[in-house]
Amino acid sequence: MSAGQLPRWVDYVLIPFLNLAAAFLVSGLVVILIGENPLDAVKILLWGSLGYAEGFGFTLFYATNFIFTGLAVAVAFHAGLFNIGGEGQAYVGGLGVAIACLALDRYVPWYVTLPFAIAGSAIAGAAWAFIPAWLQARRGSHVVITTIMFNYISFSLMVYLLNNALKKPGSMQPETRTFEDGGRIPFLNDLFPSLGFGYAPVNLSLVVALAACVLVWLLIWRTKLGYEIRSFGANATAAVYAGISPVRIIVVTMLISGGLAGMMAINEIMGSQHRLLIDFVTGYGFVGIAVALMGRAHPVGIVLASILFGMLYQGGAELSFEMPNITRDMIIVIQGLVILFAGALEHMFRPAIIRLFTPARALRAKEA
Amino acid sequence: MSDTPAIELRRINKSFGPVQANKDIDLVVKKGSIHGIIGENGAGKSTLMSILYGFYHADDGDILVNGKKVTISDSKAAIGMGIGMVHQHFMLVDNFSVLENVVLGAEDSALLSGSLGRARVELKRLEEEYELRVDPDALIQDLPVGLQQRVEILKALYRNAEVLILDEPTGVLTPAEADHLFKILEVLKGEGKTVLLITHKLREIMKATDTVSVMRRGEMVATRETAKTSMEELAELMVGRSVLLRVDKTPAEPKAPVMEVENLTVTDSRGVQVVKDVSFSVRAGEIVGIAGVSGNGQSELLETLAGIRRATKGSLKINGETIDLGTSTLDAADMRAKNMGHVPEDRHRMGLINSFSEYENSILGYHRDPAYSKGLLMDLGAIKKNAVAEIEKYDIRPPNPMLKTANFSGGNQQKIVLAREIERDPEVLLVGQPTRGVDIGAIEFIHRRIVELRDAGKGILLVSVELDEIRALSDRVLVMFDGRIVGERGADAEEGELGLLMAGVEDNRNAAKGVAL
Repeated sequence: MSAGQLPRWVDYVLIPFLNLAAAFLVSGLVVILIGENPLDAVKILLWGSLGYAEGFGFTLFYATNFIFTGLAVAVAFHAGLFNIGGEGQAYVGGLGVAIACLALDRYVPWYVTLPFAIAGSAIAGAAWAFIPAWLQARRGSHVVITTIMFNYISFSLMVYLLNNALKKPGSMQPETRTFEDGGRIPFLNDLFPSLGFGYAPVNLSLVVALAACVLVWLLIWRTKLGYEIRSFGANATAAVYAGISPVRIIVVTMLISGGLAGMMAINEIMGSQHRLLIDFVTGYGFVGIAVALMGRAHPVGIVLASILFGMLYQGGAELSFEMPNITRDMIIVIQGLVILFAGALEHMFRPAIIRLFTPARALRAKEA
Repeated sequence: MSDTPAIELRRINKSFGPVQANKDIDLVVKKGSIHGIIGENGAGKSTLMSILYGFYHADDGDILVNGKKVTISDSKAAIGMGIGMVHQHFMLVDNFSVLENVVLGAEDSALLSGSLGRARVELKRLEEEYELRVDPDALIQDLPVGLQQRVEILKALYRNAEVLILDEPTGVLTPAEADHLFKILEVLKGEGKTVLLITHKLREIMKATDTVSVMRRGEMVATRETAKTSMEELAELMVGRSVLLRVDKTPAEPKAPVMEVENLTVTDSRGVQVVKDVSFSVRAGEIVGIAGVSGNGQSELLETLAGIRRATKGSLKINGETIDLGTSTLDAADMRAKNMGHVPEDRHRMGLINSFSEYENSILGYHRDPAYSKGLLMDLGAIKKNAVAEIEKYDIRPPNPMLKTANFSGGNQQKIVLAREIERDPEVLLVGQPTRGVDIGAIEFIHRRIVELRDAGKGILLVSVELDEIRALSDRVLVMFDGRIVGERGADAEEGELGLLMAGVEDNRNAAKGVAL
């Protein structure tokens, strides 16, 4: 039975909500096993992520990262490609941001640097996706395998570059010098102190992320390229029949996907850390897969899923602080459960929901 | 044989959302008979059989098997009641042997070797009893479709099926294979089995069945004894009005050639030559039909001309220019730019993207046309307007451009493809299997459109495995066998003569002349 038989709100609201509820239910059992009160835990998690402005600021900061990596995975999804390399592409994207910032930060204000940083991150991320894309398009090497391999290559490459080429002279830290104001995107707290974001690193990259959402939506559903990407993803044989070149679509889609993943570095490097450092991606690229799955590869869904995962990151940090029994690792267990129920078990409730809705709809049809 | 019917359905209803697929269906199937169910695509035949086989559940109504009221919750329950089904698309594991496929899902112990040994004995008995000979150790992928179907039948018999449902069994078979299938059905009947034959081909109903029930728009409109009815009556019952089984057309007035193919050779991915040194031309204002048993190079020929497949050598003259197909890198979009339209053989696999809306499919392959773009973005307004115009002109139902193409019936899907390709006014139209899986009403419409295009002075290359269709439409018939064109005949070619050519019997006229066409 196809999804077309369900009303849209069931598909886009009810089912994700049920998946989430199931994830939290199981998480609650885990919390009980540890010997804490799950209701208290939920309270702390919600309060920590949404309850006060600074916490919410952190939530938004994390969400910004997820929007970029989620969009990256989603664009590739539409072409039937599974880009697991967001992690590495974002990491290398950081290189693009850093080069732009290091070159310009002493001479121009941040808003002049920003376009170069965006271009740099996108080009670097895209370049890192290019080889797997080309191998898939020309040689049929599966992009899932090659992008994972490229993640590891990027980890080593960045360590090498940071130690041997980019390190601040006289420092033991494998990181670049700190950018001046010309290489820093303003924090929202500095722009709007009245919002009270405090020390939360949420910054104007959020606007870039939202703009990327709009552009991705336009690209996928309103342009010829998007039409070709979706055609190829839905039925590759029909795409060839329509004169759409698989090589071109695979390469172009992966470049866009890699570029979006690379742009995550704007938020992290130019928006928050103000220097390029080791391991700054810390899993955002991988979580982007869950974000895209949960967001149904649609920008609106991705924004919502990003906020959810932002909440888990921020609220989870508060939780492990307030309830020492619930360690950082337990938070990762909870995130894992959300990914499991929203991603892998996405269809678990679907058959039951279809049974629930079919008779009602049939009855309505008879009355009509 | 008792008088209790093998299967009895009473007032079966089934709806999918607003669509009522089955309305108050009554059906009585006598034991030991071959009972045909005929109807247009979308008439509800497959839904009804899916209910009987436990895939769907009826909204209300009763099912009686051997006079006993039963609930069929799933296909396992159906098998338990002695109901077996041979699907239109075979459910076989390609790289398993025949024996393994037969046993699959019916292993009687945890250790496979024991099951296989017992199954081998049982299979041998079935093969002899029903004259269904297949090598039990052959791999499915090495068997022709006719034999694969036989394996499906054996699978059902192995599970002790008393009632066998065959859903459009001849869709993939050559005429000879189909004849053989009907013989098998006769043997099954002789052994007391009951057969339910679902088809939309009148000829098969007349040939193979004892009783026939006609469905139309979800209703059972009539049941007849086959001996006491005629093709004309059944056709009328199916569509609710009388239809032309022949195409009305004037003799062709061909003009200059619009497409000339010379020495075309195509090699497939396994390195086998599938099209061998083929030369022919299509003139403006004529329909050239390519007849042949499926799998003799017609599909590859069509795909190569359309720019989807690469040739090894050969040339194509079209639109005033000569293209060396051996070295050309032109793709399907480039061929469309040369005024060539293409209705592909398989609309599900190639002609449509089933998860797309009708309007999105209405520009597939033509989406780069500037008329559908406004700056960087696609002009959805213009695309939908065009789609609505095509829907009206081709009477595509339901007339809703936003609906996913998967939700249209076969005939309407084909009209979507045809509208898209014909309305761009191509000089040459390649048409593959235009009416495969299409109901009679739509067949008539599609044939008329193709003839109209010819009368407008366009060249049409038609590939079809339906000999009736080739003979009804073509002004010239080329017969393909084993990758070669083995004969050419006029519009008046005899069916038997074409059949011999299709079977690879030497064409005496050519042999005498000492040339290959």
